[in-house]
Amino acid sequence: MRFVLKTNYGRDIDIFKHRAHASWYLVLIVALVLAPLVLDVFYEKQLTELFIWAIAGAGLMLLVGYSGLVSLGHVAFMALGAYIHAILYSRGWPLFLSIPTSALITGGIGVLIGVASLRMTGIYLAIATLAFAMIVEKVIAHWPALTGGHSGFRVDDPEVFGYSLDSSTAYYYTCLTALVLVFFGVINLLRSPTGRSFIAVRDSEISAQAMGVNLLQTKTLAFALSAGLTGLAGALYAHRIGFLFPDAFTIMTSIMLLMLVVVGGLGSLHGVIFGAFFITIVPQIIAIARDWLPVGIAQSGGLEPLVFGGVLIFFLMFEPLGMYGRWVKIRLFFSQFPLYRKKTFLRQKSYLKTERVH
Amino acid sequence: MDTILQLLLKGISQGCVYGLIALGFVLIYKATEMINFAQGELMMIGALIAVTFTEYLQWNYFVAVVLTVLATGFIGLILERSLLRRMIGEPPFAVLMVTIGLGFVLRALAGMIWGHDPQELRTPYSDAVISMGDVFVGVSNLVVIGGTIALCIALFLFFRYTRIGIAMQASSQNQLAAYYLGIPVKRIVAFTWALSAGIAAIAGILFAPLTAITPNIGFSGIKAFAAAIVGGFGSLPGAIIGGLSIGIVEQFMQYNFGKGLGDTSAYFMLLLMLLVRPSGLIASTQKKKV
Repeated sequence: MRFVLKTNYGRDIDIFKHRAHASWYLVLIVALVLAPLVLDVFYEKQLTELFIWAIAGAGLMLLVGYSGLVSLGHVAFMALGAYIHAILYSRGWPLFLSIPTSALITGGIGVLIGVASLRMTGIYLAIATLAFAMIVEKVIAHWPALTGGHSGFRVDDPEVFGYSLDSSTAYYYTCLTALVLVFFGVINLLRSPTGRSFIAVRDSEISAQAMGVNLLQTKTLAFALSAGLTGLAGALYAHRIGFLFPDAFTIMTSIMLLMLVVVGGLGSLHGVIFGAFFITIVPQIIAIARDWLPVGIAQSGGLEPLVFGGVLIFFLMFEPLGMYGRWVKIRLFFSQFPLYRKKTFLRQKSYLKTERVH
Repeated sequence: MDTILQLLLKGISQGCVYGLIALGFVLIYKATEMINFAQGELMMIGALIAVTFTEYLQWNYFVAVVLTVLATGFIGLILERSLLRRMIGEPPFAVLMVTIGLGFVLRALAGMIWGHDPQELRTPYSDAVISMGDVFVGVSNLVVIGGTIALCIALFLFFRYTRIGIAMQASSQNQLAAYYLGIPVKRIVAFTWALSAGIAAIAGILFAPLTAITPNIGFSGIKAFAAAIVGGFGSLPGAIIGGLSIGIVEQFMQYNFGKGLGDTSAYFMLLLMLLVRPSGLIASTQKKKV
């Protein structure tokens, strides 16, 4: 067990709790920077995808995990980010301008939803965002003049100052940089008063208000930031897939994002990375497993949703804190050995009282 | 005039299906405060079971209908016992996600068992058409409307006069008080799931002749969800009214402005309703107190 002596209050919100903590992350960063030297193109592309998912996941985590607002329609922001960036880029905007612009516009659209979210709570908000996503999907499909409709939209190869980012290594570094910047920003946001007010709103709206948190402002900001980050991920994703079409952004993607957040572990940024890892690795495992399964099951195409749905249910029932929660438990088990008790993580059950009149 | 009548009839029969699925949502919501996102998938399972009984096993249509409802109800019961009973006391978001996952699993399983090819449910009235002047109406559409009305009356009588119906109302209003009065609340909740799955099966059987059945028809559950919210979540007549209004608006929008707007009109109505009057047409909620 390690004891950290805190000599001033600032240490409570330090990003790194102690020096070993910092050095592990340094090792991780160095490993990621050096990875393309040893890795195959295939793994490089998978890691790039993981980074993109992690950026989108960080956006959704900010909303679901930290502000307590559930969105079933985050794919809409991803699609908007991807299309806005692709359209601007195809009209000659430089890359480093059109990606932030698409994130900003997406964030602006998030503001609209955020303002509306004050009137709706819980499930209603989830459904409203779902409806929003459905509408966005249809608009993209039925506006061929701008988006190419069902015949798709070709994304031009990424290029900055005449230097092409099209090679998988260059794009790997682009996405890695974006991910590190996003995480650095989100971590800092979460230890600032704004981030604390997100968490306060999540835990109890009424007590947050009593402490002087402006609900409208906080929720709107949470939505805007979340939408902006997801839009950024969408813009990066556009180059990753190279060709945009409405079916790339269905409700299924939304659910995948939620799954990322839940399976990774609600309310933790580590969880985002774990979740992104899960999302990218499971399809690969399934692809391998197909060779071993009987033909009828392997060819049915329903295998992926089945596994995803099953894992989601499994986690929600047996490990609601997600992969990160499991990791915390394992770590505690070893650091407190042999004094670990299961009850440490016992959560209070909450019984809903109905809001209905009879 | 004829076109309007035709569209109206089509809209009503489509709306009845939405209403029936919404009825299932509302029943479960009232009984357990849970939202079952897999309701559309239960409808799909019901339709596919009916196809199995009539097409593959060549059973009599009416026998098949009864057995389908029972079988789907049994599936609902199993789902409640095995999964959702363990989720009692968890945050509503977690329960919602479980039912979403359940929807995925059910759709995938249906794809594996029945395949993804469109199937057809042949009924004794499949090809019959009634003409009233210039208006031609498929009997299937009329059966949907008639079936919905009959089911609504049956449900009304069930909740009004049977012991178990009254017990269900009681436990939906106040679980703790119902428990103190000796009502077996857990069994009631399980029964509610079975009932709601059974209603979903009826919706599936009625809907099936109007369309080709694939594992993806469960997605109309999302529109039914819109119906439930437009009608006011938690109100049984509201669910049907919401379903009807969405079905009718959808048909007219589609006729006047094309398929894109027709398909999205349900979501526009939902958003509009949530912004203007979040409690729905027939309000049954009050502001939550601390």
